[in-house]
Amino acid sequence: MVRFENVGLRYGLGPEVLRDLTFQIEPHSFQFLTGPSGAGKTTLLRLLFLSLRPTRGLITLFGHDLATLSKDELAMLRGRIGIVFQDFRLLDHLTTYENVALPLRVMGRQEASYRDEVIELLHWVGLGERISALPPVLSGGEKQRAAIARAVIARPQLLLADEPTGNVDPTLGRRLLRLFAELHKTGTSVVIATHDIALMDQYDARRLVLHDGRLHIYD
Amino acid sequence: MTESEPTITTTPDYDQADVAETVTRKEAPIVPVTSIAGRALVAVIAIMTFLAAVTLGAVILVHGTAREWQSDLAREVTIQVRPAPGRDIEAEVQRAVEVARATPGVAEVRPYSRAESAQLLEPWLGTGLSLDDLPVPRLIVLRLGEDTAPDLDRLRAQLGEKVTGASLDDHRGWTERMRAMAGTAVALGGALLGLVLAATMLCVTFATRSAMATNRPIVEVLHFVGAKDGFIAGEFQQHFLLLGFKGGAIGGGAAIALFLLANLIGRWFRGSAEQDQLAALFGTFAIGPAGYGAIVGLVVLIAAVTAATSRLIVQHTLQTME
Repeated sequence: MVRFENVGLRYGLGPEVLRDLTFQIEPHSFQFLTGPSGAGKTTLLRLLFLSLRPTRGLITLFGHDLATLSKDELAMLRGRIGIVFQDFRLLDHLTTYENVALPLRVMGRQEASYRDEVIELLHWVGLGERISALPPVLSGGEKQRAAIARAVIARPQLLLADEPTGNVDPTLGRRLLRLFAELHKTGTSVVIATHDIALMDQYDARRLVLHDGRLHIYD
Repeated sequence: MTESEPTITTTPDYDQADVAETVTRKEAPIVPVTSIAGRALVAVIAIMTFLAAVTLGAVILVHGTAREWQSDLAREVTIQVRPAPGRDIEAEVQRAVEVARATPGVAEVRPYSRAESAQLLEPWLGTGLSLDDLPVPRLIVLRLGEDTAPDLDRLRAQLGEKVTGASLDDHRGWTERMRAMAGTAVALGGALLGLVLAATMLCVTFATRSAMATNRPIVEVLHFVGAKDGFIAGEFQQHFLLLGFKGGAIGGGAAIALFLLANLIGRWFRGSAEQDQLAALFGTFAIGPAGYGAIVGLVVLIAAVTAATSRLIVQHTLQTME
């Protein structure tokens, strides 16, 4: 699904922040991406999410070499990836329902065709009572769940989550982890970037550990 | 798993009718209306459209009046018979009339009598004028036929041969000057329209750039959820098309109202000396259905230019964003 070969990345003329990354993410897999703060977790997620291009090496995503893709082709691939940002990135002028429906709307689907689907998902993540609420009035946990719902509504093949439990208490953190586990069971590959060791201990999964710009894999 | 944890459910545990009621509002636009400096832009577009429409109307008026003048002049030529010593001017005039009548293509020949010639000069020389004391030329006005054009060069030659002191004036100099003047006015109007359109495009460019800067987080999220640049540009374009139509309709509507009012005032004062003078110079202030149609076309053009400019700017800006 995703293959990195000797990937390196530097910002401008600075030192390489990621060095010689070689790994694969298999279909239907679940992995944690971890490492100390500043190790490059978010940078690696951005590479996975195609918002950064590597300065060297080869990235293959869903069988496509990223270096050869046009902007529109990148957009098509992004449609197959769901991402949950640490800061949620919900649009404040749209309701919870509209935020979650956004990926389907940009695909050009008519509202009538996805309304039930979105509402069902909102109930599934426990936001059934907050369908018409705007993000500024949602709690941190509710925003997090809305962001997760938006990431999974288009049934992505790959789900990336950046510190998804960073803003919530341990109880909610555990609930969210269960959500990701459920998604994994339905066939989505999941990558969760976190430095929360307690969270990782709750779920037996592959660990990708970034340290000094290099990746160590513990299967 | 504890009971409070969210789970995948196969049958809905909620009332779908209730839920349908909670999602009643029409989907909000992805780019919020309030994030675009809409009112200021509508005002600018309205002013620009008004100026463009007034210019267009003025060009149509000038063009129409000049064409009327030209066709009047082109259907008429004048023979001037100057008095010569020892010749009977009445006989010369009569001969010129005969020559003119014999020319094919001349529909009507009307010599100005002595009294009429005196009347023509009255404003300058006063009443009680005796033309015998002055070497005043006499005029013969020829109306030309609609179908066949007379051979004016032949007529001129014949007059030269048969009538002493006769000359033919086909108003060519006047017509050419008129054509040049009307052409200049139309070109000037076209240039003004071009400037107004360019200024509108610049205003829209600034407004779009500012809207893009304000909405950058939204654009980023749209990229993350897989939106193509064309989709994002379309979202912005939709807003600007609406703003263009609003501004255009206000400006174009005001211009149409202005022309209707001018026309109405012209009718009220019809018959007064000032109005007759104005009507003689500029015609009536009526731009006609075609003129009003042109203004409506201008409104559509300005809205389209607004939308297209914003789309171009958005696409250009998106190309520079990763």
